[in-house]
Amino acid sequence: MARGNGPFVAGGIGFALLLAGSYWGLFVAPPETYMGDVQRIMYVHVPTAWNAMLAFSFSFICAIASLVRGGYRWDARMEASMEVGVVLATLLCMQGALWAKPTWGVWWDWDPRLTTTAVMVLAYAGIIALRSFVDDPARRAVWSAVAGIVAFVDVPIMYFSVKWWNSLHQVQSSPETVSTAFHWPLRVNAIGVLLVMSAMIALRTRIARMRREREMAPPPEAA
Amino acid sequence: VSATLAALRKDALLQWRTRSRFVAVFVFGATALLLFSFAIGPDAAALRAHSAGFLWLALLLASTLALGDSFHGEMEHRALEGLVLAPAPAAALYYGKAIANWAQLALLGVVLVPIMVVLYDAPADRAPRLVGLILLGSAGLSAPGTLYAAMTAQVRAHQTLLPLLLFPLVVPVLVSAVNATALVMTGDPMDQLRSWTLLLVCFDLIYGSLCGLLFGRVVES
Repeated sequence: MARGNGPFVAGGIGFALLLAGSYWGLFVAPPETYMGDVQRIMYVHVPTAWNAMLAFSFSFICAIASLVRGGYRWDARMEASMEVGVVLATLLCMQGALWAKPTWGVWWDWDPRLTTTAVMVLAYAGIIALRSFVDDPARRAVWSAVAGIVAFVDVPIMYFSVKWWNSLHQVQSSPETVSTAFHWPLRVNAIGVLLVMSAMIALRTRIARMRREREMAPPPEAA
Repeated sequence: VSATLAALRKDALLQWRTRSRFVAVFVFGATALLLFSFAIGPDAAALRAHSAGFLWLALLLASTLALGDSFHGEMEHRALEGLVLAPAPAAALYYGKAIANWAQLALLGVVLVPIMVVLYDAPADRAPRLVGLILLGSAGLSAPGTLYAAMTAQVRAHQTLLPLLLFPLVVPVLVSAVNATALVMTGDPMDQLRSWTLLLVCFDLIYGSLCGLLFGRVVES
């Protein structure tokens, strides 16, 4: 089993970048013309959004690989990326609510991206709950991989359904749609969150593997 | 195809023999419709305006009872194991069960409509379209619901787990079915009915085929 220090190093660099990028975004970059200082939450919000989607996409790839290849390598990765994805997406919803209150005057809005993210959190939390209720590891791997595929396929359909239903969210921010003064803190934070997320997934994968090994180990011999 | 028909025959027979369970689920759905009106208050206009949403929520809530019970027979005496060992593709077992569940949910939706009309004074004069939408929407509940029911029937706490997995997934079904039903009942000035119906059909087709593909892995593991 891999026990390298790579995840810790990557996570440390990620945290450092996140601190630097957030300092830059909070104190160096100019305030936005219309929204003022409230807009500065974008420097964590947008990187969180990118990386949450990345985590869920990775869990989808892991689910397919787990079904095709069998074994538990991909199962552990899927478990890890689903959990980290749920944490990031929950953070995303909370940041969005914090931003929406002073900007739109409401905490919550039924906009397609916000609603889809919230429903994704629930969908993946359901899969994590399913995992905890299935005792047989082989079954747990197959079932949660199936549920992971079924849930991920739903994301674009859900997005379109809510989009037709109601829309208000502003166009996604990316380095192309925002002024150049905002680029660097955004990029630094995006890489920072990416590193922290990868470190968390790698470490969580390790935990998942160790748990499963203990689960499948023969009971200790009676002395 | 003949294997699917055999499986469908088995599931239809199972449902016919447990028809008292269907009556109980129907009473549950009717009770839900009654309770929604207490949440809104005796405001006839508001109740009529939201009747499509209430109908689909009642059907969704009742569907977890119906779907959760649908593998009850297969769990007894390890009958599912025997079915999987039979020389028939697993997809046939899935489509048999899914079509039987679909029929049951669609029937449930149709018999809930009169309750909705009586309680909420909802306009339901375009009955054929309404039945068509109920067919499309209940297919969207049955396709992933049957797959998840096969999983959750085999674990403890399945009454909790099935809605936990199914509800987030069927949000598009709920959104499009409610909107389409409301348009059918109150008129469609902007011609939006077609796009909602199309979304429902897409969901049904995607999940009908995806869950048929994946079902074998679920029951064989």
